[in-house]
Amino acid sequence: MSALLNGLRGLWQFWPIAIALGLMLAPVRSRKWPWVIVGSTLVLTPLALSLGWITLYAARMEALIFITAILAVSLNLINGLTGLFSIGHAGFAIVGGYAAGILTTFVFQLGPETRLPLAIPAFVVSLLLGGLAAAAFGFLVGLPTLRLRGDYLAIATLGFGEIICVVLRFITFRRPVGEQVFEVGGPRGIQDIPAMPGLPIPGTEVAMPVLASFVYSLVALALIVWAIRNLSFSSHGRACAAIREDEVAAEILGVDTVFYKVGAFTIGAFFAGVGGALLAHWSNMLHPSMGGFVRSIEYLIIVYIGGVGSISGSLLAAALLLICGETLKDVLRDRDAWRMVLYGGILIAVMLWRPRGLYGDREFPWLMPRGRSTDGPA
Amino acid sequence: MDLILNQFINGLQRGSIYALIALGYTMVYGVLRLINFAHGEVFMIGAFAAYFAALMAGGGLVVALVAAMCACGVLGLLMEVGVYRPLRSRPRLTALIAAIGLSILLSNLVQALQFDFRSASGEEMHFSGASYTPFPADLLAANAHYRLVPGREVYVTRIQGLNLGVSVALMAGLWLLVRRTALGRAMRACADNQESLSLMGVSVNRVIAVTFGIGAALAGAAGVLSALTYPRIDATMGLMAGLKAFVAAVLGGIGSIPGAVAGGFIMGLAEVAAAGALPSSPVDYTPLADGVAFALLILVLLVRPQGIFGEAESQKV
Repeated sequence: MSALLNGLRGLWQFWPIAIALGLMLAPVRSRKWPWVIVGSTLVLTPLALSLGWITLYAARMEALIFITAILAVSLNLINGLTGLFSIGHAGFAIVGGYAAGILTTFVFQLGPETRLPLAIPAFVVSLLLGGLAAAAFGFLVGLPTLRLRGDYLAIATLGFGEIICVVLRFITFRRPVGEQVFEVGGPRGIQDIPAMPGLPIPGTEVAMPVLASFVYSLVALALIVWAIRNLSFSSHGRACAAIREDEVAAEILGVDTVFYKVGAFTIGAFFAGVGGALLAHWSNMLHPSMGGFVRSIEYLIIVYIGGVGSISGSLLAAALLLICGETLKDVLRDRDAWRMVLYGGILIAVMLWRPRGLYGDREFPWLMPRGRSTDGPA
Repeated sequence: MDLILNQFINGLQRGSIYALIALGYTMVYGVLRLINFAHGEVFMIGAFAAYFAALMAGGGLVVALVAAMCACGVLGLLMEVGVYRPLRSRPRLTALIAAIGLSILLSNLVQALQFDFRSASGEEMHFSGASYTPFPADLLAANAHYRLVPGREVYVTRIQGLNLGVSVALMAGLWLLVRRTALGRAMRACADNQESLSLMGVSVNRVIAVTFGIGAALAGAAGVLSALTYPRIDATMGLMAGLKAFVAAVLGGIGSIPGAVAGGFIMGLAEVAAAGALPSSPVDYTPLADGVAFALLILVLLVRPQGIFGEAESQKV
């Protein structure tokens, strides 16, 4: 019982996210509303942290929520908008994570002592290159497998995700530290990925890595949601939705299905790679198992509980499921498996009784283009 | 040469387990066009059912096998009636996602369970699904080596022999059931055309439910046989075994029963061959074998998506 109370007390720590969710759900259609949401979150959390209203841990979890939302929204572009049932999304994320992690750790050798004017651009470049590596991989995977449909495509993407994990288990790096040369990578993964570079404000040495990861993740999420939203409501997005509804009909109507399928896969993989790069620097480690099926399933659960095809649903479900998981973690202590039992049960229940999920077929008002009802893209 | 022959026997034994699981995938796919993603979890639960049958009821191999098959058969029926039947008229992917949900639910449920129980010999025991559970293989079948060829170092263990014998018997039984009985005819008809079958006055729901039950029972038997050979069972053992058996089913041609058997054996042999031929990872060879399985899958899907025995389906517009 006291564990439950502790969990609920932990829930209170998430009030900045609750405010952001409230602003997102508000029936405001102003074009400036996204600025209000992002701006208020960007100000509120550091403010609350400096006043001691929320713990450092809660701020760290907020960053994780944003990163998970990036991965869910990018999976939604592939699964929801284009209707390609991919269950190897964590595979793309880990390609981005490894690419960016190798760049920051071994090439740029970022660390607390790196001078700032160098560190921030180097980190941003690593993020982008991580995304590009994942995109290249998505393109290579997509080109042959997208001939497959439905459940076969699902299994093929799963297979690719698992193959990545296997290959990563065999890749090792040599790292000289002083006189000695250490071997990192392989089945143990890389354990010393640097934290995201922040501003050297005196007195914030402890909080700065967390704040930095918070800001990078939030800005990346905002940019990615903006990009995917604009893509969804463009003619390209309508072409993708046409493929989802009926591929043969779309082809007859002149939609270049190969172009759009591979394109959606590649763009989704790019954003997943950026998300994976953020995740690697958030957790300061990389492990081959981070690309495995179990991780992919977590993103899949978020997309389908939120409502497949809806950006808003993915954002909502990412926040709600992670906060719910955090609360349960306190309640269940070491019995984390019950959390997954619950998620599995929710997934079945959603499929049985509410297949469009929490927010399916709809979008937040501020995500809609002018002059449209809130019925969702296409 | 002797090494290769020994590895060949190992491959056959692994393959027979994959084949038994693959049969369930292929039968369900045949009647429903659904990949029952939770099938690997049924395999895992079969192993645990045998564990409890052996320890709590003190039964021998036959009791454990029958208990596992019954438990899994009932589980398969429940999954069909509770989850897949209501989703049958919906888009196919809905059922697939529900199947993924079932798979997460079952494997984590076993992982979350912790309780004490009293074994048949009066011992107080503790069960925790979160860690590996030692399977009492020696209670069920005493192991021994037999020299297969006089004068050569080629051995077959008693458990391997049992494993192959039971699985071949089960496959033969399934073949007779599908080919020689009214139920089998109904199952084949159901795979062919459900509407016509219901017009003939056969309950399609019942045929599908029974197909699920039989497939799940075979997976349960595979779980017991696998646990005899690798006597460390845990809640996640179903995921990889299930996926590899699915690959085997696709390889043989999903929907085809001989295809599933052939695919299972090819899969087992390929895995053993890969483990023998390729350099092993610093930890163990299993991840590499997994990689081989998936590489095989993608190759099949690209080159001959209908598999060895399958027929290509043309899309009607």
